[in-house]
Amino acid sequence: MRLDYPANIKIVRLPCTGKIDVIHLLRAFQKGADGVYVVGCLEGTCHYNEGNFRARERVEHVRMLLEEIGLEGDRVRMYNLSSGEGPTFAAYAKEMTDHIRSLGPNPIKNSTKA
Amino acid sequence: MIVAKRKPFEEIKEMIKDYKKVLNVGCGTCVAVCLAGGEKEVAVLNAEIDMARKLDNNPIELGAQTVERQCDHEYLEELDDVIGDYDAVISMACGVGIQFLAERFPDKPVYPGVDTCGMSANQAVGWYEERCRSCGKCVLGMTAAICPVTMCAKGLYNGPCGGTNKGSCEIDTEQPCAWFRIYERLERQGRLNNILIYTPPVEWNDQIPRTLIQPGYKKPEKAG
Repeated sequence: MRLDYPANIKIVRLPCTGKIDVIHLLRAFQKGADGVYVVGCLEGTCHYNEGNFRARERVEHVRMLLEEIGLEGDRVRMYNLSSGEGPTFAAYAKEMTDHIRSLGPNPIKNSTKA
Repeated sequence: MIVAKRKPFEEIKEMIKDYKKVLNVGCGTCVAVCLAGGEKEVAVLNAEIDMARKLDNNPIELGAQTVERQCDHEYLEELDDVIGDYDAVISMACGVGIQFLAERFPDKPVYPGVDTCGMSANQAVGWYEERCRSCGKCVLGMTAAICPVTMCAKGLYNGPCGGTNKGSCEIDTEQPCAWFRIYERLERQGRLNNILIYTPPVEWNDQIPRTLIQPGYKKPEKAG
């Protein structure tokens, strides 16, 4: 397909989005990530039945935690697609990148250097 | 088990605002099982504090250590060598653990990271329901194993109050009337006569800290 998607995205592969934990997402922000999004299988198609639902719950939890500490909760998002949807993957990557660019860089990065 | 919930972040942040080096101590037993104060929750809270303090341009150095049980000298001993490196401690154990930790290190300010919420059963992962208030005088034998102290809003020992309403409690229609349920279960088991057993008022012997020494054991002459 030779699809393009923004080069600033670093992919962390997981066996299932159900593996993602709150601390993994928080660590990314702690280390300076401007935004994090989790891409899981379509709802209702999880091989483990509820891995992607669990991931969504955790993403929502992190959203709340980010707001508690004074960051925008919308820096973390969850997307769903099937493994056959390359163009959708690229579209989500672009959408997330544009969205994070509109929010600006993670302010923790600047304060770390200060 | 004892259950707890994480304190609001703002409250924790405010408590430790003047410290630059804080040790966050988790407890690996009850509060770990109820997802409030185990190793993982310590890591999450530390990540939050770290980021919030950086945003405030007031960075903090945080330590994390989770002991098996904070209500046991044997495990608190593990902290003896590290506690000196910190200005203050956050304990994510239940109220017992927090106090026991503070007793062992009386020079160190200790702050609670959780609110202890009682003794509960595990209905499902993350869902806990209180069943016991540890009153010290169990009447479950005659109440068909439904605790009137915990399950009745008024903690009545001898039958329902006037607020019982077709099976629910007057405080909330979603809250079952404990005595209605006791009646139903006793009847089902054919021992409804149990409901006539009179229980005298509780001796309120839980108003001072209780000490329990099991048969076959005694208080050591030199505690600790």
